[in-house]
Amino acid sequence: MRALDIDYMLGLVPVLLGYVPLTLAMAAAAMVLALVLASLMAVERVVKIPVLDSFVKLFISFFRGTPLLVQLFLFYYGLPQVVSALSQINGVTAAIMGLTLHFSAYMAESIRAAILGVDRSQWEASQAVGMTQGQMMARIVLPQAARVAAPTLVNYFIDMIKGTSLAFTLGVTEMMGATQKEAAGSFLYFEAFLVVAVLYWIIVEALSLVQRGVETRLGKAFAR
Amino acid sequence: MIEITGLTKSFGGAKVLAGIDLSIAPGERIVIIGPSGTGKSTLLRCLNFLDRPEAGTIRVGDMTVDAGGASKAEILALRRRTAFVFQNYALFANKTARQNITEALVTVQKKPRAEAEARADAILREIGLAEKAGSYPAALSGGQQQRVGIGRAMALDAELMLFDEPTSALDPEWVGEVLDLMRRVAQERQTMLIVTHEMQFAREIADRVIFMEGGRIVEQGPPAQIFDAPRDARTRDFLRRVG
Repeated sequence: MRALDIDYMLGLVPVLLGYVPLTLAMAAAAMVLALVLASLMAVERVVKIPVLDSFVKLFISFFRGTPLLVQLFLFYYGLPQVVSALSQINGVTAAIMGLTLHFSAYMAESIRAAILGVDRSQWEASQAVGMTQGQMMARIVLPQAARVAAPTLVNYFIDMIKGTSLAFTLGVTEMMGATQKEAAGSFLYFEAFLVVAVLYWIIVEALSLVQRGVETRLGKAFAR
Repeated sequence: MIEITGLTKSFGGAKVLAGIDLSIAPGERIVIIGPSGTGKSTLLRCLNFLDRPEAGTIRVGDMTVDAGGASKAEILALRRRTAFVFQNYALFANKTARQNITEALVTVQKKPRAEAEARADAILREIGLAEKAGSYPAALSGGQQQRVGIGRAMALDAELMLFDEPTSALDPEWVGEVLDLMRRVAQERQTMLIVTHEMQFAREIADRVIFMEGGRIVEQGPPAQIFDAPRDARTRDFLRRVG
């Protein structure tokens, strides 16, 4: 048992902090894209558009049924070999794409469940005032479903932030990749990975504060 | 003029509407009474396709909809000519009282926001809830919610207002204020089709009372005739039971 090299750890913090923006940017981009894709798929699963429905079911099944790491390798190392247009794909893009598709499959199911949980009377009232199906979804049903789905969706975002660490396997120097390089130079693996673990932890905890804020905001119509 | 002919509907093989014929004159206020499960609510819900009728036609003004083969566009057009007040209020839970009224004016009728808001504020004053404009449904009493529900329907300026047992879900203390508001709507000669168990109210505001049983119209006429001199034995039976 040797003593921790505290000075080394403190010195590493500012270095790794420099990579936080990239990690957050990848997660945020994937989250926004996944939310859009998941909402579209969730609405489709509820209204069931004939041929499209089978495709969406297959998509969700595949992206939930295979590991994220396998999907990332498939996009980054595999696809360019068969689709020449993708030969220029960089690691960051591939990681965002992988995270988007992977998490949109999970999020679609959460959002679908939340949509189905919206009281029948809300659908009927929307129809009775003459709304189209799209207006009903956008104005009444989805906003109410969002409140129910929010805690789960934030959990997926947290998972996504941690998931960005896999981008280092695609050659992206993000927080994890930078830590790996630093550790390889100093041989202080324990110190290096401990620092990066704590950094991820702090980011996620900070996000939990945001989560509470979001939930209060979405719940304001329902407070008595 | 609203003309309903041969309207039928079944649920799981049971005929709930067994061919309803009904014409409603502009400004006419009709109250439908009858035992539970006789298709009164289903009739109302079929008129705006919340329940899809199987056969028959519904004519509102110059538009005739064939119930069996109604297209999406026809259903939408029909809904936009009618307004519906629900038993359970069914206010938009994510909208304030004021937004509940402006929502369809802006989203469906494409009115400018300022105009919709002015209309909503006028209606909120009329229904006595101006100070609750910014409240969400969860913060309103049952009576207040139903008044907003009626206000939302009033704002649509529909050719026909449908009321599906608007006081049945209310605590007794709130029934009076909702009936008062409906009386005021009736005084404006809004065409109304009301399902209710409030017999005194029916006698007071109805131009015509319809007694329904077993998915059919059994008897209809002015309130004095239905309540004081019912011709059909089933009507007499029903009225004796509800006292």
